[in-house]
Amino acid sequence: MAEAQNLPVGSTTAGAVAVAAESTVATRMSAPPSFDVADFPVPHGREEEWRFTPLERLKGLHDGTAKADGVLKADITAPDGVTVEAAGRDDARVGRAGTPVDRVAAQAYSAFEKATVVSVPKEQVLTEPVRVTLHGEGGTTYGHTVFDVGAFAEAVIIIDHTGDAVRAANVDFLVGDGAKLTVVSVQDWDDTAVHVSQHNALLGRDASFKSVVVTFGGDVVRLHPRVQYAGPGGEAELFGLYFTDAGQHQEHRLLVDHNVPHCKSNVVYKGALQGDDAHAVWIGDVLIEAAAEGTDTYEMNRNLVLTDGARVDSVPNLEIETGEIVGAGHASATGRFDDEQLFYLMARGIPEKDARRLVVRGFFAELVQQIGVPDIEERLIAKIEEELEASV
Amino acid sequence: MATLEIHDLHVTVEADNATKEILKGVDLTVKQGETHAIMGPNGSGKSTLAYSLAGHPKYTITGGTVTLDGEDVLEMTVDERARAGLFLAMQYPVEVPGVSVSNFLRTSATAIRGEAPKLRTWVKEVKETMERLNMDPAFAERNVNEGFSGGEKKRHEILQLELLKPKIAILDETDSGLDVDALRTVSEGVNRVRETGEVGTLLITHYTRILRYIKPDFVHVFANGRIAESGGAELADKLEAEGYEAYTKGGASE
Repeated sequence: MAEAQNLPVGSTTAGAVAVAAESTVATRMSAPPSFDVADFPVPHGREEEWRFTPLERLKGLHDGTAKADGVLKADITAPDGVTVEAAGRDDARVGRAGTPVDRVAAQAYSAFEKATVVSVPKEQVLTEPVRVTLHGEGGTTYGHTVFDVGAFAEAVIIIDHTGDAVRAANVDFLVGDGAKLTVVSVQDWDDTAVHVSQHNALLGRDASFKSVVVTFGGDVVRLHPRVQYAGPGGEAELFGLYFTDAGQHQEHRLLVDHNVPHCKSNVVYKGALQGDDAHAVWIGDVLIEAAAEGTDTYEMNRNLVLTDGARVDSVPNLEIETGEIVGAGHASATGRFDDEQLFYLMARGIPEKDARRLVVRGFFAELVQQIGVPDIEERLIAKIEEELEASV
Repeated sequence: MATLEIHDLHVTVEADNATKEILKGVDLTVKQGETHAIMGPNGSGKSTLAYSLAGHPKYTITGGTVTLDGEDVLEMTVDERARAGLFLAMQYPVEVPGVSVSNFLRTSATAIRGEAPKLRTWVKEVKETMERLNMDPAFAERNVNEGFSGGEKKRHEILQLELLKPKIAILDETDSGLDVDALRTVSEGVNRVRETGEVGTLLITHYTRILRYIKPDFVHVFANGRIAESGGAELADKLEAEGYEAYTKGGASE
């Protein structure tokens, strides 16, 4: 009997550490970042940034045919002191955290009616989370939301996505000097939904930003969490957890741009896949620009393939333009819960269902513990159990 | 008294698009308290017997019966066999990433015993058993078999044997890849279980050296998919002196 190993099955893992004058992250985009959708050609699917995405399932978000005809019910629960207001494109806060990097994000910027700006005043420490629930009731919507967290303020923001929707959006996080922000974005859509969104975080001096992206639902979900630093001393933690079922396409494309000195970033994304044509894509780009001396960064993606027929594409990419750094690393691995593991656990009396649960819980446990928002942690564990129950 | 009865067992395996018969009519009875050594050359089907008894899906039973106290083992799923009292210490234990040893042991003990062991006594039981097997307490927090050395994997198998207290223990090449000290430690673990008198042991091995530590009541020579000769402990001495040649050349096994 051969020794069982964790081989990548139906998956690709490619990595690169580039030390180059020319950034591949920049050159592989079809067009430079822009707020104007007309600056981006309609993608045909062979472009580097679109090659994993099933364009035919985007319901026209990418080619200008998706008209804003839908309803997305938004409900924001804001603790005392937090303000919620509507704003136009002329508001300085709108679009300040980042610029759309692909056609769908630019389409969302070009098409939204009013942006929503949620502000936490400086030095205010919230004891309750800001809760945003977005419930799709069908049709296409475009949105833009800005969370503006003032200097030395502390906040937890929980954004929930449920229902059926075709949704393209930009979400900006302006994290003031010395502020601490935790954002949890849960994609718990119906299995019919299409969701494409760019998250832009701009971190002030000594700011801390923790992003937790949790994707369970949707037909196609494609998210772009991005971080830039406005001053030294910033710390970004980007955590992600996804559970990709049969037929679902879940794509997370991250970018951390170390453009100033002495900042940190830590990226950990973990996903489980089960069922035919479950497809997860993870792109992790980290840039360490020439000015970013003293950078400390690490990124990791782990995938657990539970059944045959699933596919993972995992591409970590680290570009370093200065050697004067504290540390930089990346890792990607795709393992398979295989028949040998199942046999081993069952040979110790553990029923098949429990064996599967044991492995998946173990896989996610460490990540869930790092979220630091207890009611979210409990909910995630319950949701993972639910996904497992629904499986195979 | 627990009894494992194997009668005329035939097993095939699919390899290279062909069906190959590996076990060609095995007869063996193992009773609680007895230790049977199964010895034989490589490729004789010893490990196939072990994995077939445990229910590995790779093997197809094409004939014969296996019963444990009269219950049809072949009708049981892998986990049912384990809960019925069969235990297989594997030659190549499988890595299970993300699952800690302590979580695994407790889940397994809960399944086998039918209820979760009481936490306080359980922690003590695990700790003491690990100490006797010279295992570092930090071991409990590592992932199952992940990055374990050959010796650590075997200790971990015997740790499970001691904790799960099966009726019938099948030890598949437990001695392979162990140095002398590890072999002694692991053998002592097996002997502690044997001394309870509550386990029937089926010790599968290629070499006689483990029999210096674990004394068998019966020795069976396995060749060409069946038991070619059975005897007492003295048969092992004969094998040590003469090797398996007499059995593999078609003489005694035919």
